[in-house]
This record gives sequence, C-alpha cells and structure tokens, in this order.
Amino acid sequence: MMYDVVVVGGGPAGLASASESSKLGLRTLLLDENPRLGGILPQCIHPGFGLHCLGEDLTGPEFAHRLIEEVRGSGVEVRTQAHVTSLAMRSDLVKEVTYASPQGTEAVQAKAVIYAAGARERHRFEVGIAGDRVAGIYTAGEAQAMMDLYGVMPGRRVVIVGSGDVGLIMARRFALEGAEVVGVVEMLPYPGGLARNLMILRDFDIPLYLSHKVTEVRGRGRVERVKVVRVNEELRETGEGFWIDCDTLLISAGLVPRVKILRRAGAIMDPATGGPVVNDRLETTLPGVFAAGNSLIINDLVDYAVEQGRTAAKGAEEFVRGNGIPTRRWIRVRRGGYVRFVVPHMLGGDRDFWLYARVSRPVEDALVEVPEIGLRRKVPVLKPSEMLRLRIKSGVEGGRVTLVIR
Amino acid sequence: MTVYKLTCVICPLSCSVEVEVEGNRVKDVRGFSCPRGKEWAVEEVLSPKRVVMTVIRVRAGKEPVVSVKTDSPIPKERIRELMSYLATLEVEAPVFIGQVVVEHPLGLETKVVATRSVEAVETREHA
Ligand SMILES: Cc1cc2nc3c(=O)[nH]c(=O)nc-3n(C[C@H](O)[C@H](O)[C@H](O)COP(=O)(O)OP(=O)(O)OC[C@H]3O[C@@H](n4cnc5c(N)ncnc54)[C@H](O)[C@@H]3O)c2cc1C
Repeated sequence: MMYDVVVVGGGPAGLASASESSKLGLRTLLLDENPRLGGILPQCIHPGFGLHCLGEDLTGPEFAHRLIEEVRGSGVEVRTQAHVTSLAMRSDLVKEVTYASPQGTEAVQAKAVIYAAGARERHRFEVGIAGDRVAGIYTAGEAQAMMDLYGVMPGRRVVIVGSGDVGLIMARRFALEGAEVVGVVEMLPYPGGLARNLMILRDFDIPLYLSHKVTEVRGRGRVERVKVVRVNEELRETGEGFWIDCDTLLISAGLVPRVKILRRAGAIMDPATGGPVVNDRLETTLPGVFAAGNSLIINDLVDYAVEQGRTAAKGAEEFVRGNGIPTRRWIRVRRGGYVRFVVPHMLGGDRDFWLYARVSRPVEDALVEVPEIGLRRKVPVLKPSEMLRLRIKSGVEGGRVTLVIR
Repeated sequence: MTVYKLTCVICPLSCSVEVEVEGNRVKDVRGFSCPRGKEWAVEEVLSPKRVVMTVIRVRAGKEPVVSVKTDSPIPKERIRELMSYLATLEVEAPVFIGQVVVEHPLGLETKVVATRSVEAVETREHA
C-alpha cells in the first residue's frame, strides 16, 4: 500500500500533522501504539492546554478530543495498537514503515513520513539516584497514568525530584488527592516551572529544596526514606545531607526526545536538542522525513507541538507535490551567547517560519538579536524552562544567520 | 497591616506585585504593569480561587474512571471539602465529554463536568 504521508505517533503533534496533510489533499495514514489517540494528553487532566492556539483554557483530555474530532472529520486513515519498529529509506521518494500490531508485523510505503513519537521521561539512574531497588519509585508520567487513567493512588508520602511544570503539576495532583508531598527537590538554584505552577507550592504548603539533590533511596520492599544533599554551583554534593521519610519517590527530571527509529534510519541528531537536525520545513536530513512535537524538541506548550505538526504537513505536501523538495542552498543557523539550542538548523530563506530556542540560564532584560537580518527584540526575562519563539520573515540571504542572546 | 508579595501569573512578564492589606481592605497595590495584574493580585489576596480537577469512579465503563473539572474556579478554602465529596461519587457509563456530573456540589457556584468520554461495556442480553 502506497500512502503520500505516514504519520508515526498519535499525540497532539501527530494528530495535527495528519489532519493538516489530509486537508492538503494527501493520502494519509496515522499510526499509534496505544489503543487510544491523544498521546500524553488523556492523562494530563489539569487545565492549561490551548491558551495560545485556541485562546481557551482546556484540560489535556478536552484538548485531545478537539484534535481527534478534527482527524475523524478529515479522511485520515487511523491505526491504533500499531507499534512502529522501523523506518527504511527505499529511495528518496519511497519509505517503508514497519509496525507490529495484533495482526502481526505489517509494512506500508509512503512518499513522506512525519515522525511525531513524542518523548520519554528520564529515570532514576539517569539522574544519579543510587540505593535499593524497591517499589514506590515512579516517573511523573507513570504516576500520572496510574492516578488519572486507572484511578490508583501510587503512594501517601511523596518526595518529588524536579521542580519543572510536570513535577509541580504532580505535586498538586497528589496533594489534591490527600497525599502528603513532603518535598520537591531541585538541583538548580532556581525553580523550573512557570509562575502559575509555582503557586501550587504555596497553595498546599509544599517545601521546595533548591540547590539540593536526592542521592539515595532506602527501603525493604518499598521506599522508606530518601537522602537529600545540598549541592554547590558546580552541582557537586556538599556535606552529609539528611534523610526524609516517605513511601514514594517521583522522578520528574525532564524529557528526552524518542528518536531511536529515526536514528537507526540514518537521520543526523543535534546533541543540544536530543532530536534530529531539521530545516525550516522541519525536514530531517533524510529527504521527505519530517519531525514534529516532542521528538523534535521538548515543548512545554502543546500549542507549539501542534504548530510544528502543521508545519511538517505543509513540508510533506511540498515534498510530495514536487517529487522531493528542490535542492537549494541552505542557510545555516548558528547559536550565539546563552543559546542552549535553536531549531530549525537550516533555512531556505524563501518563506516565513518560526524559530524555537531555549536559553542556557535565566537572562533578565535580555536582548534577542539575529544581526544578519537586522532583527532586534527586548525581552524582560528569558528562562530555560520557557521556549523563545520568533517569527523569521522570508527574504533571508547569505550563508548563515546567528541567534544571539545578551 | 500586612503586605503580601506575589508573582503575577496573568502573563509571562511575571511582575512582582505587593498588596498592602489592613483588616479586610486593600490599602495599596504596587509593582503591577497592567490593570488585569492589579485585579488578579487583589483577588488573590482577598478571595483566592482555583479550578479543581480530579477523577471519579465509573460503573460499568470501558475505563475505570472519568476525568472531571469544576467549570469555574472555586474558593481555595473549599477545595479539600469538595475533593472529599467527589471521592464518594460514582457515575454510570456512558459518560460524555462536557456532561455535568454534579450541579452545585456542596452549594458551590460551580458545576463539575466530565473532561472526557467513557463508553459503557457491552452487556450481553440473556434470552
Ligand atoms: C505531565 C505533563 C504536563 C503537561 N502540561 C502541559 C500544560 O499544562 N499545557 C501545555 O500546553 N502543555 C503541557 N504539556 C506538554 C504537552 O503535553 C506536550 O508538549 C505534547 O503532548 C507533546 O506532543 P507530542 O505529540 O509530541 O507527543 P506525545 O503526546 O508524547 O505523543 C506521542 C505519541 O506517539 C506514540 N509513539 C511513540 N513511539 C511510537 C512508535 N514507535 N510507534 C507508534 N506510536 C508511537 C506515543 O505512544 C504517543 O501516543 C505537559 C506534558 C506533560 C508530560
């Protein structure tokens, strides 16, 4: 079976790209490994979704519902319980996508592929927590699925590692359900989450330990206590630390793009984002293979994941209609001061697009510049936890441009 | 007289706002950069409100629980009470997204609405 576009992943990025490419007249297949569509959204029952792209404040399941309805009305073919295992480039114009389903292993061919497989959560060993292998240690997303999809309470006395939005939102969920959150432990000297989520700590009297690290878990069978140690500016442990009694340890230490299949297919990765290198169509270094959502860059706002999905669909249309995007001279995008990453990595100069970037540390009274095109903008504060999004107009020329933040 | 120090959450500017209160009266508000921020800070000090979200058990559904939210923010000090009440409820499948699960729980000005749908399990008819 030959499709114009196969979309891998049915989260917000995949749903948006599938309905968009179908609307653009492309024969589209959407594959997701779960029995239900929506990706991470059905388990994010808190409000805070769609503020930018819909101007409404929806919960995750409500936002997912809108996107799923859009896909249903657009003629996209949908296959759930379809776990994609590989992507192979048969030629520049033909890709083969193989997936495992209840019917066995199947393969489909497509001219273009949009890869929107989301992200995975970092686990305890990646953040250096030693000690006993006991029950009661979860990633934030695992605990969230237990509570909000299955109605199961993971524990009663909880320590949370990480003060980003996900950690704070889980702190509120536990506190609302009557559990005691005995501490949120953050390695950095400043909290990671948005101001509106930091209010949660005050609402429920939850202690926040900045410049601290959980280093060890102890217990027989189940978590009984964790060791917390102060760290210095180089994030090195100082002093003996102290123990906190708890029965649950929640790891909310950030997400990593899920890119195994893309990498195995030969796409070049950017160590700064953990995702693939892309141009302004969100096309990876594999011709006709596009990336969107959290497998491209970790998006704290679902709105950006949706936006990337639609951009990728437009790129796929250009590729399919033009039998491959015509070779052009790509302009390189470089990182200047305080820029941790910037996406896309290359641009054609022939169209408007969004530039997404993150800073490496908080910057007050920041000056954001792209000197080569005379772009200058003042921003009161930039934080590593909040993505910077810039509109770049068409008509860019030259060999390279640089994003500088001072 | 008490001075409350808040970080405004209305927009990403995150202004540091100070609200000076005497008894139940606001004496002064400082540090905001827009009228919405000022209004928010006053309400946050005098009568803070929050949207509450949780899950409720579903009887005979394809999924064990349905997610719900209050359709408007409720007074912060009533949250615990509302959560305890919602924990005692059970709804019958099917449940539809947007369906009102409880109208004015505990006399509150809000409705509790389902934020997703849960289908009913097919029950076989016995002839
Ligand atoms: C706890 C939490 C709270 C959040 N809160 C907010 C918020 O308040 N407001 C907001 O705007 N954003 C929020 N976000 C961010 C937002 O949810 C994400 O940006 C968005 O879900 C990313 O979408 P995605 O489509 O890239 O990935 P996902 O939603 O992760 O979807 C990816 C899908 O691909 C599937 N998949 C992966 N690999 C394969 C494979 N090999 N084969 C088949 N299928 C595959 C996955 O199973 C999944 O269904 C939150 C995120 C989390 C985790």
